[in-house]
Amino acid sequence: MLAQGRGQALTRRIPSSQEELPLVGLGSWITFNVGDDPVARAECAEVMRAFFASGGRLIDSSPMYGSSQSVIGDGVAKLAPSRLFSADKVWTGGSEGRAQIAETRRRWRVRNLDLVQIHNLVSWKEHLPLLLEMKAAKQIRYVGITTSEGRRHREIEQIMRSQPLDFVQVTYNVLDREVESRILPLARERGIGVIVNRPFRQGDLIRDVARHPLPGFAREIDASNWAQILLKFIVSHPAVTCAIPATSSVAHVRENMGASYGRLPDEQMRRRTIAYVEGL
Amino acid sequence: MPDWLTYRLSDFLLFSPRTYFRMFELYHTQVWPIHLVVFGSIVAVVVLWRRKEEWRDRAIAGVLAAWWLWVAIAFHLQRYAAINWAGRYFAALFAIQALLLVWFGVIRPRLHFRLSRERAAYLAAGVLVIALVFEPLAGLFAGRSWRQMEMFGLTPDPTAIATLALLALSTARPHRGLIVIPAVWCAIGAATLWALESPEAWLVMFAGLAGSVLALRHDASIQAVA
Repeated sequence: MLAQGRGQALTRRIPSSQEELPLVGLGSWITFNVGDDPVARAECAEVMRAFFASGGRLIDSSPMYGSSQSVIGDGVAKLAPSRLFSADKVWTGGSEGRAQIAETRRRWRVRNLDLVQIHNLVSWKEHLPLLLEMKAAKQIRYVGITTSEGRRHREIEQIMRSQPLDFVQVTYNVLDREVESRILPLARERGIGVIVNRPFRQGDLIRDVARHPLPGFAREIDASNWAQILLKFIVSHPAVTCAIPATSSVAHVRENMGASYGRLPDEQMRRRTIAYVEGL
Repeated sequence: MPDWLTYRLSDFLLFSPRTYFRMFELYHTQVWPIHLVVFGSIVAVVVLWRRKEEWRDRAIAGVLAAWWLWVAIAFHLQRYAAINWAGRYFAALFAIQALLLVWFGVIRPRLHFRLSRERAAYLAAGVLVIALVFEPLAGLFAGRSWRQMEMFGLTPDPTAIATLALLALSTARPHRGLIVIPAVWCAIGAATLWALESPEAWLVMFAGLAGSVLALRHDASIQAVA
């Protein structure tokens, strides 16, 4: 398997606990929302199998993602992964958070969720005390907040400065780099882990760049396809803990997981990557 | 810029085109042979249309209400809600429309279905043909399997379009409350197909708009012919 062929997947420590997490996780937005289709559910379980076999741990979902949670739960029941890091969200009115988290745990078919984040800051003032209380009671291990596509960054910053968060989830990729100026430095300063969503702009970015040949420097960072170049750019930022590309393809999850292996770009190479992609 | 203005239509799409159209395929397989009942009900409506029994209009409205209720439960609640959390709200809308059709078409009948010789009536009949014939075929032209087709009575878009067309064909002015939900659904259905980059979005948009305008304008000339 990939993990065996290339040694261990590269990891980064969660700042608040020093627990090691592989740099590439698995998102489930759209790709795992396949409803009751038994064929598609089985395919998603195979994606999870390939993900774990390649050294992956963190899988991300949300109550907003339709059937994704129960599809992941099917995969968990089928594969019984030993090193799963379950990351989900709370996305409801303030008074219903506890019930929703209990339902999420039931759908995942896990005893406890590792990380619960507040989806797009919905009712965050009500949910955050609940999550901190659940963390203190060891019902969850980590607490976080999320946003996407650059929305509400000012508010995210204020919460990062004032609240004891373990994680923040934001959009970051070679073309969407707004978080580099304030959010990522603040995360490092405050010891907050960063999960990166939309690494491929929901597939648009990779479709655009895939029409062009790989840059010559791909070999220097041990990237053999565009997915790996784009992911290595993200996870090479020292503030980033984990990127979570979503896919329903076994071939693609193997490509993505390849970014967890080999050399990562240094600062100069990161600048070359930006220049190359922006020049396409 | 306000936060909500940064969202695009595609940001509200929770599923892939493959998942959406596979849902239709599985649905058709699971509910077969209800399709024969749908065909039977369409034939019954055509036969009824040509007769002059007093209960004719009530029967046609009742058939329409039954299929709205079917789509509410079998499509929205039992299938679509699995991939779209809004599915349960759509189910409620379709159930309300079924109740409205029962109230305004069966209990207090204010619908009188006729095919007059007015231009608006021919246009409405054209919209009805789109719902019954072209909408199911559109999926084939878009390159999908016939197993994934839309169908009046079973799936929401052609059911809503056909309802607007029938309301436009009523020689008594239909209660405007009957037009709201089918028109709103056509907008939602077209937006969904648009976000899925499916060319049928244009057909649903055009037929829904035409049906809504014809049902709303409902000019006096049609009533005069009646």
